[in-house]
Amino acid sequence: MTETSRIRNFSIIAHIDHGKSTLADRLLEHAGAVSPREMREQVLDSMDLERERGITIKAQAVRINYRRPGGGTYLLNLIDTPGHVDFSYEVSRSLAAVEGAILLVDATQGVEAQTLANAYLAIEAGLEMIPVVNKIDMAAAEPERVAAQVAAVLGIAPSEVLAVSAKTGQGVPELFEAIVERLPPPEGSATAPLRALVFDSYYDSYRGVVCYIRVKDGEIATGDRIRFMEGELTDQVDEVGVLSPRPIQVGSLGPGESGYLITGIKEIQKIRVGDTVTRFDRPAGQPLPGYREPKSMVFSGLFPTDGDDFGRLREALDKLKLNDASLSFVPENSRALGFGFRCGFLGLLHMDIVRERLEREHDLELVATAPSVAFRAITSGGTLEIRSPQDLPEGGQLLAVEEPYVRVMVISPTEYLGTVMELAQQRRGELGKLTYITPERVEIDYQLPLSEVVFDFFDQLKSRTRGFASMDYEPAGYRPSDLVRVDILLNSIPVDAFSTIVHRDKAFNYGKVMVTRLRALIPRQLFDIPIQAAIGGRIIARETVKAKRKDVLAKCYGGDISRKRKLLERQKEGKKRMKMLGMVEVPQEAFITALRIDQE
Amino acid sequence: MPELAPDDIGLADSALGWMGAYLHVPFCARVCPYCDFAVVAGAEETAGRYVDALIAEIERSQDQGPVHALHIGGGTPSRLSAQALVRMVDAVATRFGLTDNAEVSLEVNPEDWTPALAEGLAARFDRVSFGAQSFDPTVLDYLGRRHSPADVERAVSLARAAGFRSVNLDLIFGAPVESLHSWERTLASALGLGPDHLSCYALTVERGTALSRAVAAGSPAPNPDAQADAYETACSMTAAAGLRRYEVSNFARPGHAARYNLLTWAGGDYYAFGNAAHRHRQGRRGWNLRRLDAYLVAIEAGNSPEAGREFPDREAERLYLGLRRVAGARIGEAAARLLASPEGQRLTSAGVLAVQGERLVVLRPLLTDEVSRALLGPTAGSGSLSAGVSVALAPNR
Repeated sequence: MTETSRIRNFSIIAHIDHGKSTLADRLLEHAGAVSPREMREQVLDSMDLERERGITIKAQAVRINYRRPGGGTYLLNLIDTPGHVDFSYEVSRSLAAVEGAILLVDATQGVEAQTLANAYLAIEAGLEMIPVVNKIDMAAAEPERVAAQVAAVLGIAPSEVLAVSAKTGQGVPELFEAIVERLPPPEGSATAPLRALVFDSYYDSYRGVVCYIRVKDGEIATGDRIRFMEGELTDQVDEVGVLSPRPIQVGSLGPGESGYLITGIKEIQKIRVGDTVTRFDRPAGQPLPGYREPKSMVFSGLFPTDGDDFGRLREALDKLKLNDASLSFVPENSRALGFGFRCGFLGLLHMDIVRERLEREHDLELVATAPSVAFRAITSGGTLEIRSPQDLPEGGQLLAVEEPYVRVMVISPTEYLGTVMELAQQRRGELGKLTYITPERVEIDYQLPLSEVVFDFFDQLKSRTRGFASMDYEPAGYRPSDLVRVDILLNSIPVDAFSTIVHRDKAFNYGKVMVTRLRALIPRQLFDIPIQAAIGGRIIARETVKAKRKDVLAKCYGGDISRKRKLLERQKEGKKRMKMLGMVEVPQEAFITALRIDQE
Repeated sequence: MPELAPDDIGLADSALGWMGAYLHVPFCARVCPYCDFAVVAGAEETAGRYVDALIAEIERSQDQGPVHALHIGGGTPSRLSAQALVRMVDAVATRFGLTDNAEVSLEVNPEDWTPALAEGLAARFDRVSFGAQSFDPTVLDYLGRRHSPADVERAVSLARAAGFRSVNLDLIFGAPVESLHSWERTLASALGLGPDHLSCYALTVERGTALSRAVAAGSPAPNPDAQADAYETACSMTAAAGLRRYEVSNFARPGHAARYNLLTWAGGDYYAFGNAAHRHRQGRRGWNLRRLDAYLVAIEAGNSPEAGREFPDREAERLYLGLRRVAGARIGEAAARLLASPEGQRLTSAGVLAVQGERLVVLRPLLTDEVSRALLGPTAGSGSLSAGVSVALAPNR
């Protein structure tokens, strides 16, 4: 056990691509935690997907033993945080396990929306911050100007801002010293009853559930009987250890220390991230304050293309859920797509990642329905949360529909102010505050319907400002809105998978786009197939797949029989991938392609 | 043989009992862009060797039974001399025998058809099939054909003068350069020559052809709706001229249905000689080496030229081939299963498939493949063609 005065717990918070993972790697390397041979780029980003996309999704904790040049060894626990707008929930739960944070800003980019959002989260969590300007080795770096921005935003002196190059290691020794000197050691009593915060967990196929914990008070040791206070679960400690960054078993963890905990628990659902671990024989009176529960913002139906894979999909979701408390799912039955799950995600990136992991790591082939946000239906019988268009009540009992709004914060060079405002206006935005951070950089606050933000707002913002603007958002309540459900009918039968809830002004466009896409995707059949978009009973758009007129081999003589039969058999094989909806054959690809959102 | 209607049911069914013989001639002056048959251009110096090899194959055959319908196809049989073609027919007659009134036919390109060739063949052949394809020079040019409309007129009168019993014209419709109006004129010109038999084929983009490469590179593909219009025009114009449709693409006067074709659609047996030629005997389908040189080497070394064989499900094949005919096919167990399936009901309600007495018929010939495919899967139960066994000794193409 290490004396708390020799411990520092901290996170690195940064806007995406500002060099967080590179800095973490450099810290590990300088402290000798990783030998150069083991040094892979971005050690902490362990999932393949994280490496591919260059972003951090899951929080991770590593221990660094730091020897001060002047003498004395310190134990630094770095708790990594995700760096994308979708994952601010994960950031806040990491911040609950540390006393300080490095606020990292790219010297070539300056302060961005997530820099600010994360800084506010850290301030809210009462953390001490070390502002650091990164990438000072680059030609385009403007460390002084960016330091001045950071200082202005945080209300500190520019001299307090450190300058480093995570790539070359320049400034890293000074950063280590600042961590020791400026960040407070953890408080906590070695003698008080054990209280440890579970800040993450994952499922290991050999060890069962592995929890990441941060000990606040007391001590946890192998063999202890412990209790998860909220989960009301009792078990024995099989192993505690630290990540250095490889797991190393230790006998115990004391106040201020972070590490992993393995018990006999095999079901991930039983462990709540945010729970407090205490001793069974000497329990703490109060659990640690938890933190904001993750809230699903975007919902989509996930269906296996092969109905037999439903069970495998359930298992795969259960496994992902072990690692990802923000993922939610309930079974859903679609007439068009069979059995699947209505899943809730933090945002579209989160949805993409989950889908990719399901397909890649679990070898599933999936169809995803149009993503939607959670609406509220006010009915004579009360308020309902609407996560699937099918749940929207019809007719008289429906009094009003409300949609979630968010406060969107955009930081942009002033030259793109008009562009940003135009985009927000098109998305039904209401302008809030305009703040000039510097004469060249402006912060723009908007109230926007979440549904207008989650789909492609971020991509649009990036492309229209040539990548110079950044954004973050937070929930801002519900508002009544003129929302309607648009149904798509094939041969007069509604296809639930294509239904969506949209603002009335956008209903026609959605209907038109869907029927046009479907007309191109559905092959001609024996009869005309009307494809209609409808609101209630009213048709707002229509296309027709004309009946096929010719489907016959011109020649079939003695020399053709075997060959043509094989051709027909191949065509027949292709037909197996069709789904029958009423009398209409719809290719599997039609669902995937028609529901793709990135093709406006 | 009495002057039976070409779509006569009794005629269609009795064809199962006939024996056919197919002789392949791979030589062409040049390869047409849409053609995917086993052909070679400019290899006519090997023609003599090839005819010897083909006759050797006939002489070595272990099969038995006189031939009711002999057909020489290609390629372009008219690239050979009358003498060579007569030798081939004589070899079949000597080895197997020809029945009385046997149909002996060959395919001819109009530009090859000289008085000498016509007269040289008239004693052995009673039917000639001209590759007219179109009477519109633009379409002929698109199809890569070397003859002119006038060549076809001349060829037909020569054939009549030489005394051929039955004259056929092959036409191709639906090239992207062909308008419906142009097709009507082609049909009118063809019918104006008084053919006994007309074959009208929709231009098809076959894999591996120059046409398919051109289409892949962006040149226009045939339009199926325009082809449907053209087909319907062909049906009405031929009917008005006294020709009756008896198969998807074939029309004839009474007494002039092609017997060699009828027997293949009935699932009958036929010998086959020459490279890439396909034979059928009691459910066994076999095919010869496709390459001309490989075929010659095999024959000259005294080896079998057969490259592969298979044993497809005969019942499903009886329906798949039989339903191409206007006469349709007797309903068997597989057909009854199809009719009871949702797929079969869909086809019936769309007016594609119908029951007439004891027979199943396709009423909308342009959608025949919808029916064929329905017969190939699990809905047809044991009637699945894919249940058959296939043994390929070498690629057949």
